Amino acid sequence: MNQLISTGPLAIGLAHFLTVGAILFTLGIFGIFLNRKNLIIIMMSIELMLLAVNINLVAFSSFLGDLVGQVFTMLVLTVAAAEAAIGLAIVVVFYRNRRTIEVEDINEMKG
Amino acid sequence: MIVASLAFYLFAIVGVISALNVIFQRNPVHCVLWLILTFFNAAGLFVLLGAEFVAMILVVVYVGAVAVLFLFVVMMLDINVTMMREGFMKYLPVGALIGIILFVELAAVYGGWVMSPDAQGLRVVPAPLDMPNTEAIGAVLYTDYVYLFQGAGLVLLVAMIGAIVLTHRKRTGVRKQKIADQVARKASETLSVVKVETGKGIS
Repeated sequence: MNQLISTGPLAIGLAHFLTVGAILFTLGIFGIFLNRKNLIIIMMSIELMLLAVNINLVAFSSFLGDLVGQVFTMLVLTVAAAEAAIGLAIVVVFYRNRRTIEVEDINEMKG
Repeated sequence: MIVASLAFYLFAIVGVISALNVIFQRNPVHCVLWLILTFFNAAGLFVLLGAEFVAMILVVVYVGAVAVLFLFVVMMLDINVTMMREGFMKYLPVGALIGIILFVELAAVYGGWVMSPDAQGLRVVPAPLDMPNTEAIGAVLYTDYVYLFQGAGLVLLVAMIGAIVLTHRKRTGVRKQKIADQVARKASETLSVVKVETGKGIS
């Protein structure tokens, strides 16, 4: 259990951290829907969602006293970094070929 | 501990505000800078939770590598900023609807959730109280989860190779030094000794 913030009128519990995570996740979804022109901002929204997931994992890990959550957070961080590298490489190649990164224009593979 | 509570609210509020700015900023460069601020605030939350190692990894990996990568690509691509906001209002209702539905669902899940009484007994790796966080993670990560660790390394290797293969291109019309060709050159292929007759020269 986390002894740091457990007493007093301004007590911070697990629910507070989960709320922050939920707000960040919702903002990530929101960003994906709003920014239909810029692929890079969509990728940033995905990073926001992964960050929200990490906040949830670390909050549960800390409040339950189980270290596996933090180990798994590092795996999520690794996958997020790999995803950003590959995704940005694809964006760069696409921009080199088509001179645009608008989502509406990316439809070559549509059946 | 009122300081910790105030620090939580500071990090949470600034983090959410900067996440909002990531979505609503016009200029993609500003979006990346706000994203960096979001990561810093999340790292502050992690420190409050007692997960110092993950917090520092978050700063190093996200701010030091991923955000700089984003900044690099944003500045490399010449994007028309004024065109970017077209269709913003068109997608606002559906985006807001789905966001609100998702948030209500998450609130319902968290609101109805209670910790099981035997959850403490089901912990796989109970956090040791006599070690710092970094030492405890190291003791677990390199022993029980060594395959996970190696798998993470493999993911990064594949991502690195993939990114290089995707973006590498051979440009034609550029004179470049090819060191391998120079080293592989043999004297027998390039030199020939010609017997020259006196007074005639070589044609």
